[in-house]
Amino acid sequence: MALITNTDLPADLQAAWEEIDGYARNYGLDYFPIIYQVLDYNTLYEVAALGGFPTRYPHWRYGMEYDQLIKGHVYGLSIIYEMVINTNPVYAYLLEGNTSIDQKTVMAHVSGHADFFKHNMWFAPTNRKMLDAMANHAARVQRYIDRYGYERVEDFIDTCLSLDNLIDYHAPYINRPEAQTLVSITEEERMMPSQVEGLPVEQPYMRDYINPPEFLESQRQRMVEEQQRLRMFPENPQKDILSFLMNYAPLDRWQHSVLEIIRDEAYYFAPQAMTKIINEGWASYWHSRIMTEKAADTSEIVDFADHHAGIVAAHPGRLNPYRLGLMLLRDIEERWNKGRFGKDWEECDDLREKQAWDKKLGLGRQKLFEVRRFHNDVTFLDEFLTPEFCVEQKLFTFKYNSDTELYEIVSRNFPEIKAKLLGNLTNFGQPFISVQDANYNNRGELYLLHRHEGVDLKVSYARDTLRNIWKIWSRPVHLETIFDEKRRLLTYDGSDWGERKLD
Amino acid sequence: MPQRIERDLNRFRQIIRGKIKQDLRKYISHGEMIGRQGKRTVSIPVPQIDIPRFRFGSKGQGGVGQGEGEPGDPLGRGEQQPGAGEAGEEPGEHMLEAEMTIEELAQLLGEELQLPNIQPKGRKNIIAEKDRYTGVARVGPNSLRHFKRSYREALKRQIATGTYDPANPVIVPIHEDMRYRSWKTTEMPESNAVIIYSMDVSGSMGQEQKELVRVTAFWIETWLRYQYKNLEIRYIVHDAAAKEVTQEIFYRIREGGGTKISSAYKLIMRMIEERYPPDEWNIYPFHFSDGDNWGGGDTRECVEILRDKILPQVNLFCYGQVRSLYGSGRFAHDLEENFRDQETLVVSEIADRDDIYDAIKAFLGKGK
Repeated sequence: MALITNTDLPADLQAAWEEIDGYARNYGLDYFPIIYQVLDYNTLYEVAALGGFPTRYPHWRYGMEYDQLIKGHVYGLSIIYEMVINTNPVYAYLLEGNTSIDQKTVMAHVSGHADFFKHNMWFAPTNRKMLDAMANHAARVQRYIDRYGYERVEDFIDTCLSLDNLIDYHAPYINRPEAQTLVSITEEERMMPSQVEGLPVEQPYMRDYINPPEFLESQRQRMVEEQQRLRMFPENPQKDILSFLMNYAPLDRWQHSVLEIIRDEAYYFAPQAMTKIINEGWASYWHSRIMTEKAADTSEIVDFADHHAGIVAAHPGRLNPYRLGLMLLRDIEERWNKGRFGKDWEECDDLREKQAWDKKLGLGRQKLFEVRRFHNDVTFLDEFLTPEFCVEQKLFTFKYNSDTELYEIVSRNFPEIKAKLLGNLTNFGQPFISVQDANYNNRGELYLLHRHEGVDLKVSYARDTLRNIWKIWSRPVHLETIFDEKRRLLTYDGSDWGERKLD
Repeated sequence: MPQRIERDLNRFRQIIRGKIKQDLRKYISHGEMIGRQGKRTVSIPVPQIDIPRFRFGSKGQGGVGQGEGEPGDPLGRGEQQPGAGEAGEEPGEHMLEAEMTIEELAQLLGEELQLPNIQPKGRKNIIAEKDRYTGVARVGPNSLRHFKRSYREALKRQIATGTYDPANPVIVPIHEDMRYRSWKTTEMPESNAVIIYSMDVSGSMGQEQKELVRVTAFWIETWLRYQYKNLEIRYIVHDAAAKEVTQEIFYRIREGGGTKISSAYKLIMRMIEERYPPDEWNIYPFHFSDGDNWGGGDTRECVEILRDKILPQVNLFCYGQVRSLYGSGRFAHDLEENFRDQETLVVSEIADRDDIYDAIKAFLGKGK
């Protein structure tokens, strides 16, 4: 199914790209080769609906996505100018018929993204051959469809998709000892004494002082608990529920394989969700520099400014990630250029002095490249969001007021804004849920825990999701959560939903 | 080349279709799509289908926004999902607009209500002729010259005779290369149908009753339009006297006064005589009333007209009795008593919106 047949860039765009490529590399951007393809809007939206990959496994949600994109386009509500995917080489798609200034802006923007993909550490473990992997996934799913029937496979894909946010977003970056359930038994015995001995005592008369009975008792208690824990399954809570199900749920081989596909793709897309603000900010920063300093000539600059303003516009009452990222990066550049950081800066409380603060360090550019290397949205905002920036950008927190049934501005207080922003971004705004016990009630039932952090789950969705987990686990499934300020246990046992209060 | 996405799109539409079918009773009784109908399509609001995930409810959420305003200022209803990233959305409440052609909708209706296809009554030999330009011929008028084909022929000939030079690709068609579009005349039997709606607009028929009629009429039209190529619709209103009106007036008009149903039946009779010979037309009179007729004498007259004049000529006569503020009269009862075994007369009572579904099933379920 060759979606895109013509890969030649028209001569004028090729020339434009060579020019922009030169500027970008001169600025220090570095990326895998970029292959541009010019698509008509139908094909562009098709690719967009498929997440940027021309070959995906068949699923109705791509059709839904496409339907909405096309309608958005026809009604003039939304236009996609560009798409770029994290692969090597990078594939980027341009919309046929855009003006040349738009195409140039897009190319400059894409070079920013491509540089970010290559150098940001959160993208380091991603599969750069994902184009091939996606095509292989498609072929595998198609094979299962041919063998087991469309609806059966589709139904299972729906079930798996319902769980695709239950992964451990940080798993690719750290080695979690507790995620390894296989520790050799002899190793463990060596590390864990079989009885409580207390602390080593050199003088016998000191024994009761060093190891008083209460202490020994508490040690004994801990050992019993520890041993009980070892009898638990899993021994430690597991956050990567998808992989847990893959390992332990009773699945057919093809189901196992589909689950793996969904999990692979979820992990592949995770860094993009993790770096939305900083990634878009970085790309916008570079397109604006490349265009205004180099690429746009006097006849184009007004059109560029118009387009750029559209991208980074502050919509009243909303937060535009392009704008937030761009402004924060510029702010960082200025601060490090002027030396507005460190102990002296923090401790200075003379406003006038602060306003005139300029040590002429010129470290801005260097700092920016460092930021793009190490940060994701959470660490980026945590480290660089300042009270001054919040005031300048007129940030505020809002909340739903159930009395008036409106969203209302709550506060312009810096700590609150920061806490809210980080709270919304942490774990991608997804709830933390982990497998606590897969042998609950000693009957092989699955016990999940939602770590409640102030916001309730949407109960109707939670129930449907629970049912989908049951479909895979095939034994009753429980979720401990809090809503309406009460600890509760939701249960689905294959036919009925149950709910009971804990405590 | 068919698009890759087509398959997913078709599957998506199929799922939506399934949803609509599932909830058809609801759609029928609420007539939600009626106001939105375009020429050949209706657009139907369907709740967005969503893959359930563990996610936050929107209640406690909130987020961070940007712009002017003091604490306490509302952000307005229009900004339902302001703020950063993924937070605060509520996709469960989004609506999709599913577009559907009238044919598809009628098919759904037919499947769901298990409606039999109608066996057209009138003469089958009403023939419509239609010319379609489907073929290509070697002779023809210049105005129908087929440029592409002609040049292709010339190219083929030049390659075959070795006179084609790729370096200088000049193609000169000669007389034998010329191709012309040609037409075929297709004949298709056509079946004509007419719906004659009549409605009681006496004082006892209120807005709500008319709405019931309007929704019922929409579904009847959808089905009959699907069954017949050519459908005409006429409207009659009556109180003590009957007159023909336009569609707009039919649904808007408010009259007072008493009710003489026979006046409407006489008008129906006259219409059929003047314009719709039954051997050429499939005739569907529908009559909606609250059943409160002037008196026994008029009802007797109605029964006579029906028995002698109308019923022998029509495919089906449907009487829908809606319940008005003053309750419903006994006209439905009278009809049922007089035409107990009459195949071509259907009586249905429509007390409220939930009855529309059954009324349509009763009206159209006979396959006449």
